[in-house]
Amino acid sequence: MKIAIKGVGSYLPELEVTNYDLEKIMETNNEWIEQRTGIESRRVANVDTSELGYKAALKAIENANVDINEIDLIITATFTPDANMPSVACLIQDKLGIKEDCTSFDLNAACSGFVYSLNVAVSLMKSGMYKKALVIGAENITKTLDWKDRSTAILFGDGAGAVVLSEDEFSGINHFYTGSKGDDKGVLTLGNIINDNPYSDLKSYAKPTLSMNGQAVFKFATRIVKKSIQNILDKEQKKLEEFKYVVAHQANKRILQATAKSMKVSEDKFYMNLNKFGNTSAASIPIALDEMVRNNLIKKGDQLIFVGFGGGLTWGACSLTW
Amino acid sequence: MLEKLTELLVDELGCEENEVTLEAKIIDDLGADSLAVMQLVMALEDEYDIEVPEDDVTKLKTVNDIVKYIESK
Repeated sequence: MKIAIKGVGSYLPELEVTNYDLEKIMETNNEWIEQRTGIESRRVANVDTSELGYKAALKAIENANVDINEIDLIITATFTPDANMPSVACLIQDKLGIKEDCTSFDLNAACSGFVYSLNVAVSLMKSGMYKKALVIGAENITKTLDWKDRSTAILFGDGAGAVVLSEDEFSGINHFYTGSKGDDKGVLTLGNIINDNPYSDLKSYAKPTLSMNGQAVFKFATRIVKKSIQNILDKEQKKLEEFKYVVAHQANKRILQATAKSMKVSEDKFYMNLNKFGNTSAASIPIALDEMVRNNLIKKGDQLIFVGFGGGLTWGACSLTW
Repeated sequence: MLEKLTELLVDELGCEENEVTLEAKIIDDLGADSLAVMQLVMALEDEYDIEVPEDDVTKLKTVNDIVKYIESK
């Protein structure tokens, strides 16, 4: 028995902000951004993460053609929740009107969140506790950005993607690999707690806006994507050529190009849509997957690899048969 | 070593072989941007089985800096 993706959906806010738009508000230019990242534009949300996730979830449920009340597990991967409490997953459960016998929680593994959440959902489902799960990657990252920091403000976008999981005899997720390494140097951080406690002067070590050491993260990412894919290939006893696509976290074109080069495969093996949406963190893999499905790029029986990497530091990959 | 290093620089930075001189600056003369510098660093780490800590990366400004750095390892 395998756990398979039965439906996929995504939602991207309407407001498109191009590199040319950013030129007007900060010292940057289209060519510089495009060459270093591959990003041409991104979407910016005027609603919060749960609303983005809810809209993606609705589409995934419709695509899966399941009764909404059969869903008994909701995991939302996000590092940009509406609030620390309640969780985005609970807010989405309410918006969807799903009955009470459903377990809903958020999982924060930053840009690896979707793969981590799939791993948790599949493991819980294989234990027999849950039958139908909704795994959502939803982010409103633009609310966390320092719009005066041109090294980070250009990189991110908002959006959400979702999948519905249930049992399947033939297709499904085959192998997982996840890992983490505590970010002792603070190369990718976002602080949030405002401490008004008169008895404690505890301060967050991280800035209240998203902060990133681009070079360090680029090196980490390029190394870890290859390692993660290689781990899955070893478990599968297969070559990368046997997989139709690698659906990687859409952080930066240069990371995926460097990985393709180092693994001696064509860049086309790595699906890319970051030019349109920028880095949407936990949402990027399901957004890309939904686009691929809608454009008929994936057929039943195709072998795929998902790979995520990001803040934590965290990383993870999985293989699946569509 | 310069021969191997030249091959590496051409491969990683897409520069021309005749542009690679000891005095050539990685960024200004060979056209690397900050990410290409990191790609080059990773290639050096793999080729020479060394680790280049982040603080050392900024010291590698010219081809000669790289040659001396590798020799010192």
